[in-house]
Amino acid sequence: MDNITLKTHTEAFNNALSKTSKPPKAGAFSASLTFGWRALLKIKHVPEQLFDVTAFPIMFILMFTYLFGGAIAGSTGDYLQFLLPGILAQTVIMLTIYTGISLNNDIRKGVFDRFRSLPIWQPAVLTGALLGDVLRYSIASMMIIIIGFILGFRPEANITGIFPAMVILLIFAFSFSWIWTAVGIIVRSQETLYTLSFIIMFPLTFISNIFVDPETMPPWLEAFVNVNPVSILVTAMRGFIHGGVTPADIAAVLLVSAALIAVFGPITMYLFRRQK
Amino acid sequence: MHSHNSTTTDQLPAEQFNKARQEPSPAIVAHNLVKVFGETRAVDGVDLSIPKGKVYGFLGPNGAGKTTTIRMLATLLQPDEGNATVFGHDLIKEADAVRSRISLTGQFASVDDDMTGMENLTLIARLLGYQRKQAAVRAAELLQAFDLEAAANRQVKKYSGGMRRRIDIAASIVNSPELLFLDEPTTGLDPRSRNQVWDIIRALVSNGTTILLTTQYLEEADQLADRIAVIDKGKIIAEGTAGELKRSIGGGSLHVRLLEPEHRSPAEQILAKNLDSPIRLDSDPAALSAQVNDTKKVIAALGELEKAGIHIAGFSMGQPSLDEVFLKLTGEPAHHTEENEEMANG
Repeated sequence: MDNITLKTHTEAFNNALSKTSKPPKAGAFSASLTFGWRALLKIKHVPEQLFDVTAFPIMFILMFTYLFGGAIAGSTGDYLQFLLPGILAQTVIMLTIYTGISLNNDIRKGVFDRFRSLPIWQPAVLTGALLGDVLRYSIASMMIIIIGFILGFRPEANITGIFPAMVILLIFAFSFSWIWTAVGIIVRSQETLYTLSFIIMFPLTFISNIFVDPETMPPWLEAFVNVNPVSILVTAMRGFIHGGVTPADIAAVLLVSAALIAVFGPITMYLFRRQK
Repeated sequence: MHSHNSTTTDQLPAEQFNKARQEPSPAIVAHNLVKVFGETRAVDGVDLSIPKGKVYGFLGPNGAGKTTTIRMLATLLQPDEGNATVFGHDLIKEADAVRSRISLTGQFASVDDDMTGMENLTLIARLLGYQRKQAAVRAAELLQAFDLEAAANRQVKKYSGGMRRRIDIAASIVNSPELLFLDEPTTGLDPRSRNQVWDIIRALVSNGTTILLTTQYLEEADQLADRIAVIDKGKIIAEGTAGELKRSIGGGSLHVRLLEPEHRSPAEQILAKNLDSPIRLDSDPAALSAQVNDTKKVIAALGELEKAGIHIAGFSMGQPSLDEVFLKLTGEPAHHTEENEEMANG
């Protein structure tokens, strides 16, 4: 009796198995897009993952504006002008951790093995996932900007300055994600990944120019803050949003982004190929 | 064996030459495969010649090196030493050619839990180069074949164990692979689902697919595999057909449960005398078991118990367990390694 279900489907089974003609191989771009499509489906099926994306920024922006705004900038309104581009950067940079987490998940569950045994351009697994992440970053950014406007944020330069600021942020975040792809392959458990991410992320985003002007800091700290890639990014974003961005600011962000990819891209690919 | 002085094929006797020609080239040929993890030689010099269109079974305990061997043959892991070809393509130099002919179903369902069955199959089909429409057609076709139509739009995490295995195997044959690796395809399944998987495997083979599967159960290897390699500590310790293997390890074991536990000691003596093999006293005070080399002796032995007035509550004959196979082949029980790469990464 055990076999009844499948026996009745023998014809369907043979039909499915007899298809030996294979379509031409998917190209690198098409494979990446397919993985991007997967990331979209994951958002559709697990909408909870958008909770972090939206809850954190709301919390941060409200907390910092009303808790410290008056003390730091004299008024909450003025502080919001200063803070918003920085919070935008912090939120998206924090989200890059999820790149590592979802990759780590795929590896532990064995899905990754299946992808790796397919005759596809192998890095597509990574580039496709990163494409999906960029969408998540965009959603989070939109949230922040909308809330900012509700609370009274008004770009000084021009409202259109937000778009190049977003573009440069997405470029940076995409590059920064490669750190987490490398870490996601090495680390064994998600717990370790979370711990590690907080150890790296908190100093990196807090010891920056996101919350306060570095000129108020002791010189040794100011020196660190000024070379922190996050500060470099936020400076350029503020420049776009409030005016005064220089080509050097933009070049610096692009350079840092290129450096991140140049270092962590190959490391990730090396680990990826050696992954057992 | 032909003599040493025949150095070229031309000099072989015609009969042998023709036989060599008719024999199809093997699906997998491996020489001295080695993989070392830290201090462990997970795979320690494995040679293989796996024929096309058959089921080949790797039998061994956890940590024996089965999964590592399969992962090397599926291009997921580079061997530290040795080399192998799959359908004549070198594993490392022609990895893509190998990948387009093989498929792997890992120990744990290697599909995306969060996605539906339909989405999972469509994803694989798209990655293999199917256009949007054909990918959906192919996915639907496979769902029907594996009796998963009703669950097509349900997330895989809501599937039962048997359904997960089926969607997993379905995902592996989207590209109609010539060679399918199945890593412990029935571990953790209920008997009904296990039989379904066995049916699927038989149907695949009858359609011409070559299958390399790993298992911890002699029964499974016996049921499915045309040839079996027994693996222990990274080495192949025995190889042959199921029949050859069973002949070399004996008939299996007899388990007897008595009505009265106090009869166990006389029963032990009677069985030992008649079966001519050591008797094991199980933790159940009324039960005994013994290795059986000749099944005919079992009937006589049970008759002797009855004559002595020792009543039996029940008895059963089992295939030798993996432990018994190993005991026979290596003189020690199977090593179930806990800290091994198979557990860590699936």
